[in-house]
Amino acid sequence: MIDFLTTYGLPLLILIAKIVAIIVPLLVAIAYLTYAERKVMAAMQMRKGPNVVGPLGLLQPIADGVKLLGKETIIPSGADMVLFLGAPMLTFFLALCAWAVIPFSDGVVLADINVGILYLFAISSLGVYGIIVAGWASNSKYSFLGAMRSAAQMVSYEVSIGLVIITVLLYVGSLNLSKIVEAQSHGWFVFSFLFPMFIVFFISALAETNRHPFDLPEGESELVGGFNTEYSSMAFALFFLGEYGNMILLSATTTILFLGGWLAPFNIEPVLGIPDALWGFIWFALKICFCLFVFLWTRATLPRYRYDQLMRIGWKFFLPLSLLWVVLTAGYLVAFDKLPK
Amino acid sequence: MSAMQNIKRIVLFELAKGFWLTFSYMFRRKVTLNYPYEKGPLSPRFRGEHALRRYPNGEERCIACKLCEAICPAQAITIEAEPRADGSRRTTRYDIDMTKCIYCGLCQEACPVDAIVEGPNFEYSAETHEELLYNKERLLANGDRWEAELAANLASDAPYR
Repeated sequence: MIDFLTTYGLPLLILIAKIVAIIVPLLVAIAYLTYAERKVMAAMQMRKGPNVVGPLGLLQPIADGVKLLGKETIIPSGADMVLFLGAPMLTFFLALCAWAVIPFSDGVVLADINVGILYLFAISSLGVYGIIVAGWASNSKYSFLGAMRSAAQMVSYEVSIGLVIITVLLYVGSLNLSKIVEAQSHGWFVFSFLFPMFIVFFISALAETNRHPFDLPEGESELVGGFNTEYSSMAFALFFLGEYGNMILLSATTTILFLGGWLAPFNIEPVLGIPDALWGFIWFALKICFCLFVFLWTRATLPRYRYDQLMRIGWKFFLPLSLLWVVLTAGYLVAFDKLPK
Repeated sequence: MSAMQNIKRIVLFELAKGFWLTFSYMFRRKVTLNYPYEKGPLSPRFRGEHALRRYPNGEERCIACKLCEAICPAQAITIEAEPRADGSRRTTRYDIDMTKCIYCGLCQEACPVDAIVEGPNFEYSAETHEELLYNKERLLANGDRWEAELAANLASDAPYR
């Protein structure tokens, strides 16, 4: 019995503790991302944003959450109950479980697997299912059209995201996310030949998360609310959390692929009286915050694209460009004998 | 399309300009009014909650001519009238359904004696429909409460009428 506990029980407890240590801060970050979004957008529109609930409105996300929990879950007649309720769970679950392979600092990662980037890519591709199932199960034309748009958009942009990832992998020579970060210790990929790919990746990330200016799936002027038109209460909250979780996830992915993950910019030495071990987390968090700020900044700046424009950018511009860059990068690395050993 | 335009497109020049603009706006002064504590300016012509006014001697102005009732496009006003004991014609009933009213201001323009006016008050929300069915007492009470503002507004707008 003691044997059993020490071989299986204790590692299981440690694993659960690790998962909780990732998920709880993540959920708090998602909640405060909604707050940050409202504050940043308000500032850019010369407004104040939420400032009534708590000091500086800091309790606003909690009030919003409690309000959503208190609402009635409405299940439309004709909806497929199992799929209807399963879809938001799937979306939320996928948004969280991708975090297993994200390295937060040097060696601080839940699952240090060698195919980390493939795992991330697989999980983000599965995200389409949550949306398309939600659209279908709602038994509503608005939901279904929104879901179709969303699915087509996510699939299109995943193609160029895949090719962008390949250019990074050519530089690194490993699919392990920690290795990708370590390969940038002599210069982040954003300040290299890969800069255009960083832009392509970021714009594709906007499309992948259905964010402005590519938020056509929830184009309220023509589609009411898109795939989550029929959702209310906790089911809606799960979609909402999933969407913002995906934003943070893609910001983290951008940080790892191009902005040097937990590495300090230009290898500067930390000065403040904070232990060295913490600086990795701090830099990583700051970089994610920067990416998220650009997400929100984009929302406050750009109008929504038309659907044919969206598809044109994806297939006629990003796809050829990223394909060209794969060839150029490979040629450059071979010609100058810089291939990773 | 010229070469310059193509280059501008490829380096996302216009996007960068737009982003810079929104970024610079982040540090501008906020224009938000903290509503319940701060309020915006109101024109003397502002058409808010209705009131029935009185003459300085306390006599009510309304002579029950029913012009307001006739002109009201939403038919929100109901008036009944009969001669009073002293022989003057007065209303016995003057009701406004505030949930029908569209705040067009035609009643106050029709009124020959400036009796029915729309005042500067816009904070009279209620929790039930019945509370918004105003009767004569309520309207006269409004008049008494807002008389200073009403008179000042009418006086300042008079040159333009």
